[in-house]
Amino acid sequence: MTDTTAAIEVEDIRKSYGDLRAVDGVSFSVAEGEFFGILGPNGAGKTTTLEIIEGLREPDSGHVRLLGENPFPRNPGLLPRIGVQLQASAFFEKLTAREQLETFAALYGVDGERAREMLDLVGLAEKADTREEKLSGGQRQRLSIACALVHDPDILFLDEPTAALDPQARRNLWDVLRAIQERGKTIVYTTHYLDEAEILCDRVAIMDHGRVLALDPPASLIRGLDAPTRVSLERGTLGIDDARVLAGADDAHEDEQSLTITTRTPAPLLSALAERGTLDGLQVRTATLEDVFLSLTGREYRA
Amino acid sequence: MTAFKSLSRAMAKGYYRDKATLFFAFVFPLMFLVIFGLLFRDGGDEMIKLGVVGDGPVVVALENTGAVEIVRPGLDEGLKQVREGDLPGLVEVDGDSVELHYAASDQARAGLVQGLVSGVTQHVNVQATGQPPAFAYSAAQVEDSSLKPIQYLTPGILSWGIAITAVFGASLSLVSWRRKQVLRRLRLAPVTVGTVLSARIVVTIAVAALQALLFVAVALLPVFGLRLSGTWWLAIPVFLSGILAFFAIGMLVGAFCKTEEAASGAANIVVLPMAFLSGTFFPVDVAPGWVQAVSLAFPLRHMNDGMLAFLVRGQGAEALLLPCGVLLAFTVVVSAIAAKVFTWEDS
Repeated sequence: MTDTTAAIEVEDIRKSYGDLRAVDGVSFSVAEGEFFGILGPNGAGKTTTLEIIEGLREPDSGHVRLLGENPFPRNPGLLPRIGVQLQASAFFEKLTAREQLETFAALYGVDGERAREMLDLVGLAEKADTREEKLSGGQRQRLSIACALVHDPDILFLDEPTAALDPQARRNLWDVLRAIQERGKTIVYTTHYLDEAEILCDRVAIMDHGRVLALDPPASLIRGLDAPTRVSLERGTLGIDDARVLAGADDAHEDEQSLTITTRTPAPLLSALAERGTLDGLQVRTATLEDVFLSLTGREYRA
Repeated sequence: MTAFKSLSRAMAKGYYRDKATLFFAFVFPLMFLVIFGLLFRDGGDEMIKLGVVGDGPVVVALENTGAVEIVRPGLDEGLKQVREGDLPGLVEVDGDSVELHYAASDQARAGLVQGLVSGVTQHVNVQATGQPPAFAYSAAQVEDSSLKPIQYLTPGILSWGIAITAVFGASLSLVSWRRKQVLRRLRLAPVTVGTVLSARIVVTIAVAALQALLFVAVALLPVFGLRLSGTWWLAIPVFLSGILAFFAIGMLVGAFCKTEEAASGAANIVVLPMAFLSGTFFPVDVAPGWVQAVSLAFPLRHMNDGMLAFLVRGQGAEALLLPCGVLLAFTVVVSAIAAKVFTWEDS
């Protein structure tokens, strides 16, 4: 990644509120077309970082280049090129989904045709004439993303788009986000769902206490952990002592439901289990970003 | 569509789709207009009835004064009515004699009737002599400071209704847009503050114009009997300056308050006392001196005065200066404070 193709460059930005160092020396860059995730628990400094990049807040120190320009103070030339999805209720009162989109489109001098296209993209075409306040949380969230996209920006910022959604709505939204990325947009998004970031993002920055602890593709981060794979079976299919001596098994332990074997070489262990015909209720669990967070901070991840 | 047009349209739709706002802008002030208009309908201008028996130049002259309503109940029935207090007086004309029967129970009306009948009779007498009168008497109507209730209620309630629209509209929009991050979204879009503000002001003016049409139309109904003066159109500059002044107050309230509930309470605290002390429901010149003095500090008082001057008193353009000047000065000062206090975001 060279400087010329970077959509966003953040260099050692800091922002304090009184004694609280909300952002404490954050640096990263995001390439054009990349799906970039900023992860961390609440209060990690994700939102403040995003707001500084968007040009809504001035950093105490450090520099931001957004599409090669300084976003602060309000840079009107930059505004049509970025789309910011805000909280799900950031709409005009009493307007239908279509009217919301048309109003936002007009702010950018975009016609109403584009508004209808966006409703299709986020799967709200049949809700076009429904008032915003009558939409479900997930629908409102998708409308909010459509509003951020209506002027066809190059970069899309999403702040916790999937927070407070039920699992089905979250998965629907993932499809929307993937479709947006396929259109060649750069997406920067914050979330506290690590599992989600693992699935969606090209690269993630894990933040805690205003600092970036790790910055890499999710798979690299997990591989870098060198964490054991855990293979679980239904309890009773295999004795714990037999399990410990299986090929490739490092250790084994049991709880009320299952027998779990840890291994760093899952292939021989799985074939050994297959040979014995003891695959009942088999589950293979590799490390996740939560394990990465645990190893980085020494504490359990709590969203 | 331009950003300005689209924003205005969005705000207008948000406005007329909100039943509660419509109620407080249109129905609520109208209720006051109707109730007070009906309660005070007969106040002040009831014509005195006068019974007449017989005919002659005196009766014709009495009719021509326009000050009395002539009834002809017949002598016996008329006398009975006078005795019972239903008629203040009965004029019995028989050839050259004019006799007035009156009831002394209502001294004021008795005096009025006596003065009137004797004055008219003397006048006819002088005319009958064919001589020019020794003293010339003429009457000229002066500007009437005591108005029929509907004449001060209409401009008063109209100004009050417009104040409600502008103060509540501006403050609640601002607070709810800040809280819901609509302001942030506007800030992230390539529109200017001027575009957003002017769209909101245009919507407020449109709503206020509808209020004015509705209230005046209702007051003009024969039941209420409003009479507009010839210079009513000079009220338009007062109307516009008033909207600006109250819009600015609304922005100030909105800049201070964090929640819609707080804004609505604060707007009430601003508008209600002003309405009571500024002559919305009664003419301010019958209020005690200190109320009149205090009311001069309120923009609503000046808007009331201005609306009254042109809608019903028929004053000339020179009377624009004071109310418009005060209202615009209010607008400038209050807007400046609001701009200082304003924040795009909470916290």
